[in-house]
Amino acid sequence: MNTTQNTQPAGLQAPRAKMQAQDVRVFYGEHQAIKGIDLELMENEVIAFIGPSGCGKSTFLRSFNRMNDTIEGCRLEGRILLDGEDIHAADMDVVMLRARVGMVFQKPNPFPKSIYDNVAYGPRIHGLARGRGDLDDRVEDSLRRAGLWDEVKDRLHAPGTGLSGGQQQRLCIARAIAVSPEVILMDEPCSALDPIATAKVEELIAELSQQYTIAIVTHSMQQAARVSDRTAYFHLGELIEVNATDKVFTHPQNALTEAYITGRFG
Amino acid sequence: MNKQPLSSGLSERDMVRSRLAKTLRRRHARERRFRLAGVVSVGLALACVLLLFGSILQRGLPAFWQSSIQLPIYFDPEIIRVDAAPQPLPDEPPVEFQRRQLEWQGQLARSNWQRLLTLGVQQLYPEQQIQPRHAQALFTRAVQHQLREMFAADPGLLGQTLELSLLADANVDVWLRGKIDRSLPDAQQQLAAPVRALADQLQADGHIKLKFASALFGNADSRSSPASAGLLGAFVGSLYMLAVVLLVAVPVGVGAAIYLEEFAPKSRWIDLIEVNINNLAAVPSIVFGLLGAALFINWFRLPMSAPLVGGLVLSLMALPTVIIATRAALQAVPGTIRQAALAMGASRTQAVFHHVLPLALPGVLTGAILAVAQSLGETAPLLLIGMNAFVANVPASPLDQSSALSVQIFLWQGHELRNFFEARTAAAIIVLLSLMISLNAVAIYLRKRLENKWS
Repeated sequence: MNTTQNTQPAGLQAPRAKMQAQDVRVFYGEHQAIKGIDLELMENEVIAFIGPSGCGKSTFLRSFNRMNDTIEGCRLEGRILLDGEDIHAADMDVVMLRARVGMVFQKPNPFPKSIYDNVAYGPRIHGLARGRGDLDDRVEDSLRRAGLWDEVKDRLHAPGTGLSGGQQQRLCIARAIAVSPEVILMDEPCSALDPIATAKVEELIAELSQQYTIAIVTHSMQQAARVSDRTAYFHLGELIEVNATDKVFTHPQNALTEAYITGRFG
Repeated sequence: MNKQPLSSGLSERDMVRSRLAKTLRRRHARERRFRLAGVVSVGLALACVLLLFGSILQRGLPAFWQSSIQLPIYFDPEIIRVDAAPQPLPDEPPVEFQRRQLEWQGQLARSNWQRLLTLGVQQLYPEQQIQPRHAQALFTRAVQHQLREMFAADPGLLGQTLELSLLADANVDVWLRGKIDRSLPDAQQQLAAPVRALADQLQADGHIKLKFASALFGNADSRSSPASAGLLGAFVGSLYMLAVVLLVAVPVGVGAAIYLEEFAPKSRWIDLIEVNINNLAAVPSIVFGLLGAALFINWFRLPMSAPLVGGLVLSLMALPTVIIATRAALQAVPGTIRQAALAMGASRTQAVFHHVLPLALPGVLTGAILAVAQSLGETAPLLLIGMNAFVANVPASPLDQSSALSVQIFLWQGHELRNFFEARTAAAIIVLLSLMISLNAVAIYLRKRLENKWS
C-alpha cells in the first residue's frame, strides 16, 4: 500500500522525533492487530490517529507507554524508541516510561479520592514534590494548566468522582501532567463528553501542545481537523496514510482515506 | 404514504392490537404468578426464621431468671472456728505471711458452712423438725463456697446476721417452676418429699424470689452445682478463638486472594489452586477437626482443648471463604482504576494497595467477618480437638483448656438434668446468636461507612 510518511507539519523548523515506532507488530494471542507500522511522533506536535473501529489505532497508541503489557496474551514485535532509547530495553523501567509518557483514557477514570489527591498521586509516588508546599504548588499548577483550577479551587478535598464528566476528564489530564510527562497519549478523550465539555478539552489540547507531544485517538474527524498538526489514518491494523492534517482532509493520497473521511464507511 | 386501503389497513391494525392485548394479558399473568411465588417463598422463609427465634426466645428467656432463697444467715462463731485473719507483721518475710494466710484459708475450708444454711432454714421454722440434709438440699452446692468467700473478704462478719439471697438448687428451681410433673410418685421425683414441702412452704411465705441469673454470665460450667453453671468460660473461649481466626485467617486469606487475583500469572497451576480452594470451602467441617487434631495436637504438640488450637482449626475452615469473598470483592473493582494507576506510573503493588484494595475493602471486610462468624458457630471440628471436655474455669490465655459457646450448647443439650438445662441450652443459643448478630452488625456498619466515603 502506498504509505506517505513524515511530512513536516507547517510552521515547524527542523522537527525532532520524540518517539519512533519501527516496524511495530502487535498480537493478541494468534490474532495480529498491528501489522508492521513505522511512525514518528514529533516533538511538540499533536498527531491524531483516525480510522474505523477495530483498525488498531488504540492498540497502537497503548504501545507507546506499554499499557498493552497489562493485557493477557498481548505481544509486541518491532521497536519503539523514546528519545532514541528502546522502551522495551532491559534498563528501561516501565514505571519510568509511564512517568514520561502519560495517558488519558476514553472514559474519565479519576481515582475515588479527593480532587487534590488525584492530582497529587503521581508526584507523590514518584517523589517529585519537596514538601507539602511544593506539592500544593504542583497541584495548583497542574489544575490551572488543565483549566480546572477556577472551578475546583474551593473544593479541592471533595471527591473527584463528584465532578461532571467534562471536569473529570480535565482532572484526569491534570493528573497526567502533574508528573511533567514529555508525551501525552489520549485515547478518545472526548467520546464520553458533551459538545461544550469537548470544546474545553480541545482548547486544552491546543494549549498543552506548546509543551508536550500529544498523540490522540479520535472517532471525530472534525476533532482531528481542529486539534491536530498531523493525522494518521489506520485501516485493519495498517497505517494507510500520515500527513499534515489539512492535506489529509483536503487532498487524501489514498483512496481508503478518502472513502473514510468523506463518510463512505466508518 | 398511500392512504387508499384504509379499511383493510384498519382491520389489520385491529388484529395486531387484539393479538397484542392477548399476549399482554398472558405476560401480565405470568409476571403476577412469578411475583406471587416470590412473595410466598420470602414469607415462608420469614416465618421459619420467626418460628426459630420465637421458640428459642420462649425456651431460653426463662433461664435468665432463677429461683433464689432469701433468708437471714447468722455467721455463728460456734461454727466458724477460725483465728483472727492474719495481718502482715513488720519485718515479716512475705513467704511467712503467705504461709500464715494459707493456714487461715485452711481453717476456713474446714469450717462447716453448710451448717449455717441448716440453721438459717431451721430458724425460719423453729416449730418444725427440719433435718439438716433436707435444709441443705434447698441450696445449690456453690452457696457454701459463696458464704466462705464472703467471710474471707470480710472477717468482721463473725457474729453478725445478714439478710442474704442464695441460689436455690437446680432441682428446687425445676420443682417450683412446675417443670416437673408434681403428680409423679416419690421414686421418680428428684427431690425428697420433705424438701419439696419445704420449698413450697418457702415460696408460700415469700422467701423465694426469681432473680436475674448472673451465674449464667459470671461463672464457668459446673457439674457439682448445676444451678450456678454459667457460660463465661465458653464465652471467653469463643472470644479467644475469634481473635485467633481474625489474626490468622483474615490476613492470610486476604493476602492469598490479593496475590491470586492481582499478581499471579495465569497458568495451569494457578487454575488448579483455584479449583482446590473452591473445593476446600465445601469440605465437611469435621474433616478439618481431624486435620487439626493430627496437625496441631499430634505434630506440633499444642495442648488439647485449647482455644488456640480451636482457633487454628476454624481458621483453616474460614480461609477458603475469606479467599473467595476477597477475590469477588477485588474482581468488582473496575479495571479502569487499575489502568489509571498503572498509566500514572504506579507499580503493580502500588496500584493494588493505593487504589484497588481500598475500593474492595468494604466487600473484603464483610466477607471476612461473615466467614469468621460462620466458623465461630462450628461445633464438630471442636469436638475432635477436645473442646468438649468439661472445663470449670474461665481460660486465662488461649493456651488454657476451655470450652466454646457452640460446644457448651452441645454439652448442655445432653445434660442429665434435662428439665433444668433445657432452658439453659436455649439461653446459650441466645448468647451465641447475639454474638453472631453483633458481628454481622459490625460488618454492615463497616461496609456502610467505607462505602459512603467516596460515593
